[in-house]
This record gives sequence, structure tokens and C-alpha cells, in this order.
Amino acid sequence: MKILTGNDLKTGDVVWWDGQGWSRHVEDAVDAGDDAETILAREEAARRVNVPYVIAAELADGVPRPAHIKDRVRALGPTVRPDLTLKPADPQAIDWVI
Amino acid sequence: MVDPQTSSLGTSPDDVQFRFRDDEPVDHAQVTVDAFLEQSNSSAVRIEPGDDAQALIPHLDRIALVEVNFPVYGDGRGYSAARTLREAGYTGELRAVGDVLVDQLSNMRRCGFDSFAPDTPLDEADAKAAFERWPQHYQAGADTVRTIAQLRHE
Amino acid sequence: MYKYDEYDQQMVDARVDEFRDQVERRLAGKLTEDQFKPLRLMNGLYLQLHAYMLRVAIPYGTLSGAQMHILADIADKYDRGYGHFTTRQNIQYNWIKLEEAPDLMADLAKVEMHAIQTSGNCIRNISSDHFAGAAADELVDPRPYAELLRQWSSFHPEFMYLPRKFKIAVIASDTDRAAMRLHDIGIQIVEQNGELGAAFYVGGGMGRTPMIAPCIRDFVPLDQLVTYSEACLRVYNRHGRRDNKYKARIKILVHEMGAEEYTRQVEEEFAHLLDQGVEPPLAELERIRTFFEDPAFEDGPKTVDKSDPDFALWVERNTVRHKHDSYVSAVISLKPVGGIPGDATSAQMHLMADLATRFSFDECRVMHTQNIVLPHVKIVDLHALWTALNEAGLGEPNLDQVGDIIACPGLDYCSLANARSIPISQQISERFAANGKGDTLGELKLKISGCINACGHHHAGHIGILGVDKKGVENYQLLLGGSEAEDTSLAKITGPGFDEAGIVDAVETTADVYLREREDGERFLDTYRRIGMAPFKEALYG
Repeated sequence: MKILTGNDLKTGDVVWWDGQGWSRHVEDAVDAGDDAETILAREEAARRVNVPYVIAAELADGVPRPAHIKDRVRALGPTVRPDLTLKPADPQAIDWVI
Repeated sequence: MVDPQTSSLGTSPDDVQFRFRDDEPVDHAQVTVDAFLEQSNSSAVRIEPGDDAQALIPHLDRIALVEVNFPVYGDGRGYSAARTLREAGYTGELRAVGDVLVDQLSNMRRCGFDSFAPDTPLDEADAKAAFERWPQHYQAGADTVRTIAQLRHE
Repeated sequence: MYKYDEYDQQMVDARVDEFRDQVERRLAGKLTEDQFKPLRLMNGLYLQLHAYMLRVAIPYGTLSGAQMHILADIADKYDRGYGHFTTRQNIQYNWIKLEEAPDLMADLAKVEMHAIQTSGNCIRNISSDHFAGAAADELVDPRPYAELLRQWSSFHPEFMYLPRKFKIAVIASDTDRAAMRLHDIGIQIVEQNGELGAAFYVGGGMGRTPMIAPCIRDFVPLDQLVTYSEACLRVYNRHGRRDNKYKARIKILVHEMGAEEYTRQVEEEFAHLLDQGVEPPLAELERIRTFFEDPAFEDGPKTVDKSDPDFALWVERNTVRHKHDSYVSAVISLKPVGGIPGDATSAQMHLMADLATRFSFDECRVMHTQNIVLPHVKIVDLHALWTALNEAGLGEPNLDQVGDIIACPGLDYCSLANARSIPISQQISERFAANGKGDTLGELKLKISGCINACGHHHAGHIGILGVDKKGVENYQLLLGGSEAEDTSLAKITGPGFDEAGIVDAVETTADVYLREREDGERFLDTYRRIGMAPFKEALYG
């Protein structure tokens, strides 16, 4: 699947296209299919998200898992600071990244 | 003999958005540095980023307009070209053209540019703020401004 | 320490206003991201993996207690309670919001700090010897010259859009603690016939194509320092390559043009510029010098009771001889076993600030090795200092030991990285602490970069590690034999890379070869230089 990601222009938060807007959680990411480029251009022009781009992902246990480790690090947070990730209470979360 | 390719080169006075001179602008097309060095009758030259501004130094007394092109704002060679010409005593119009943006104006001005013809016209208020941004300067420039170090030791 | 006058303050304040205006124009859609990016970078604001990252300039690494306190406050107010000290003596915050960045800059300006030119294709923050003003072996304090160049390079109208970034280091002793010859320009203040001047080394660097800078002029008089620098930069701005980002640094120009031809053009430009009034009056250098005069050192005890073995070890390893024999420079390690190299919490920063005020004439320094040094500590105060550090987890006795690892942020934070650096450094320091070998290795400088850009200085490590992307999986190359000191050398790759577990084993194997082969008094680097790569390769791959 193709999913869209970028950083929120004002806050810098990592965000994912959920079909209607931008979510901080990769679990909400939807397959953008053939509309990817159209959505990216529109959202960038609207200045909601900074330098959004399309990446490959696959569904694993119902959750989109980005193909590249860099985007998995973005999806979770720094692997060396579990307390600062989006899942501080889940010790297994880092295994999903690596 | 005028090459039709170069006869329309460069910007016209109508393209100039900001000008800090009182003399009449040159109203004929510019020629490339190579063409200028080969023919002797033009008084307007256009410098591209890779051109050697130093090559013009022997001929400055017959140049009235040098236009320095910034095809992309991130290519900073034009700043050194401007300094080189001003330090060599060039007093004619020095025009920055191309991808000239608000946030580069004050530095261009200090390097000796005295007219600006941006590809996309700039917001007048933003440009005014940019020209007036810096109260003082650490470095000597192509102007007569006293540097901060000079002010400290007056 | 240097103190701003009204001019310096006006310039920094004007920059805050300008940046606030730029952010507003970006948010209002008047600037595209392509147009805004170089502007935010020139104010130290990157977009990294998780958020905006801000790099704050710490000129020549020197901080007052008040400044360190503000850095801590910023960590709490705008970030997540910590900061990361970098290999260029700066500090980075990892979780900054664009909309709050102008307020942050305004807070910095209140204590004479800024983030100006900590990124972008311009002249970056000037770095220097972290023991400047304290070192027993220095000719003079190099920081006045660094400050002179800081002012010259700040907002330079001609050099904001260079072919690539430009880094300058200034030292003033034959011992190089600033990796001077691995900078775009390295300057050593020297003495000739009783006069001070500057030797210029141009075209060094790490990154994709590491090079050691050649000396292009062994003596520039002090009243021509800025003019000569300007000539070096102008020739680079004119001719540096712009067709390929990876060949745009000045080292490539000097290499391709030849040091001789580059020097000829610089000398020609220099001769021209001498008549152009580029140089500040010499009185300005004199004025700057007055800020760096010695504090009021007092005679006191020259030895300290070392009956506590833990304290004795810390004193032995983490303190350095001072030019006044009743003082030492004391290094605060930001490398606890298993910790993140260079990270400090806001509480630790506040404590270091207080200790700087109490024990070191209100001054501390950031080292390029990502530690903090209190430059002037009375020997008699060492036990009190060590006790306070230990209580805060800052008393690790490992300066220049295998656990004192330089590591870039790597793929945990950095958008350029190919592999994570921090977990590797954590595992290595834990391994050598657990097996006890760490204490037997002596000086061993280990440096890790998560990509070829070499922020972790891997080329200059006695042992270097470079993280690469091997078909989507992190892989690590091992390098041996680098040095960033006065005996500068570039490390060489041992052979095929290793996976995450494999690289930690490989470093231990490498250390074992050294322990087996070393002769009396040899450091790791000495042994490597004597026996060469072969025995290490044999052990690693044989």
C-alpha cells in the first residue's frame, strides 16, 4: 500500500494521512492509492503539512508498517528513549521498528 | 553585427522593481561577458554565475550597466561578482536579476547592487522592511557605512 | 568571557525580529518551504525525523553559568527536558515547534546567545580548544581570534550562499584539541620572531571525502587575519563546485585546483583586499582580548587527598594540567555507561551551571567530544566537585577511555542517517564495563557516525564506526587508525561490515588484538600504527 506522511508545519509533529486529515498515529494511515500526488499537492499548498511524501507500507496485523526503517522510527519515536515515543508503556514497540 | 540570440538578452528598465540611483537607466539590451569581451560597442553586460567578473575590470569605464543573474537564489557567486566590480571602481548600475527574494535584498545591497529586477515582483512592504533590517554591520561592504568595529573605536 | 556591547545585542535582536517575520511569512504562505528552508537553517532550525530540531551556537564552546541555566530552561520550556551537546561544541534540541521558535530565539538573545549560522551553506559557528585560557601548553588564548572571526563571519553579506557549509577552528598550541586540520579552515596562532600571527590550513574535512588540510600560509600578521580569511572565502565562493553537492566543500576545490594554485589565487585576492579596508582596526582585537584575561587565580594546595580510590581514579582520568599549578581543568563526562553520548537533562545542566559558578569562575566549556569542562578548578575543591557530580550521575571517570564515545544522533533522530549510532555506543560502553576490559585499555578514542556525513567523526577515531544502509538493514563498517589530534590521520576500513550485534563483538575483538600486541606505554593508536591493519583483519575475518 501507499501511505502519505510529513510533518505538521507549525509543530513539526510526524503525521499520517488518514483519509480526511492528518493523524499522529500510523495506525490511522490509509492507502492513498492513485490519489497520492493530488492529496500531497493540495495539502502542501494548504500549509497544513510540511514536505509531505508518499511511502510504501504493508499491512501487518492490521497496522500499516512503513517499508523503510526511517519511517518506522518516525512512526514510533527514538528507539533509545522509549519514554518519549508514542507508546511509552509498550516495551515491544521497538521490535516493530527494527 | 548583432547576434539575434543576444540582442534581447537581459531585463529592461521596466522590469526593475527597486532602484537606488538617479541617473537614466540604460535602455538597450545587455550582452554576455564573452560577447562583450569580443565586441567593443556595448555598454551593458550580463553576468551569469560561472562568468569571471574580473575579466570586465579593464573595461569598466565604458560600462553603464552590469546585470548579475541569479538563476537560483542559492547560488551566491553573484555576491562576489558584485564586490569584485565595486572594489575595482565600477560606479555604473549593478542590477540583481532572476530569483531575487526578499530575504536576500539587504545583503545584495551591501555587496553593491543598486537595482533589483526580481523574476517575481516582491511585496513592497516586506522589501522595505528587508532593506532597513540591519541597524549596523560587522563587515565592510561596497558602501561607505562605518562598521561596528570602526564605530567602537572612533 | 566575551560580553556583548550594544552593537552585538542590536544585531542579535534584529536577527530575532527578522526570523519572527520570516516564520510569519512562511505560515502566511508568502514563502514556500523551498524559499524558507535556507532561512530557517541559517537560524539553526532543521526538520528532523520527529520534529524541528534547533541547534544553538556556543561560540568556541564557552558558556557562563547564566547561559547554561538558560539552556536548561529552554529544554524545559520548549523541548522535553533535555539537550544534546554536539561535536561542534553546540547544543541541539530535538522537539521544537516552528511556531514557538521565534520566542525561543528571543529568550536566547536575553543571555547573549543565538542560533545564527548553525546550519546552511554559510560560515558556521567558530570552534576552538576547549582548554583555551587554561591549558598549560598554549601560546595564548585562541578565543579572542575566534571571537574576531565570529563577528566577521556573522551576517557576512557576501558569504551567505557559499557552495556548501564552512567550518573554522582556531587553536593556539601545538597540541590540537579541536581537530583543526579537519576543518574547512584551521587556524593556529603561532609566534615568529616575537610576533604573533596565524598559520592557515585550508581544505580539510571529514564527510564523504575526508582530507587533511594543507598549510597554505605559515604566518599571517594579526592585523590581516580577517582580510586573509576573506580572500580564502572569496576564492572558494567564486570557484567552489556547485554542480554536485558532494563535491562542493572547499576541500574538493583545493584538491582539484591544487593547493598551490588555490594559494596563488588567495594571495592575489589578499593583495587586492589589503587596500579595501576589510580589516577591523587592531584596537578591536585589543578590545576583545580584554574579555579573555585570566581570572584572579589564587595559590593553593597543589595536591589533594586521594585515599578514596574512586575519587583518585576520577582525578587521574578526568582532570587535566592547568597553566596555574594550584588549578586543573575538570571534565564532566556526559558518557555514563549505557547512556546517550552528549545528552544532558535540564537538571544536569542546572547543576553544571551552578558548579561552574561555584568552582570555575562562572565558566564552562562544551568539548567537541560531547563532554563539559570546568576550565579552572582549584585542586583543593576537587573532592567537593566530584561528590556533587557523582550524586547527579555525572562522575563517570572515562575521559578518552573506550566508554567516552563520540556518537552522532543517528537514525534515532536524524533525517540524513542510515543507521542508528546511539544504541551501538550504549552496547559498546556496557560491554566494556561488564567485562572489565574498559579499565585496561587506556586512551582509546571511539567515534560513531550514522552516515557518511561523519558528524560522529568516525574517520578520526582510533576506532571508528560508520553506519550504512544495506538493503534496508542497518550495517556497520569498522575503521581503524584515525586521529584528530596534532598527529592527524584518517582511519581505514577493516573490511566487510557487521550487523548490530556483530559490530559490538568486532570492537571487542579489535581491543583484544591491541591488548595482546601492545608494548610498554603504547596507546591503541600507537600499536595500530606499529603493527598495521593485518593482525586486526586476521582476528576479525580470519
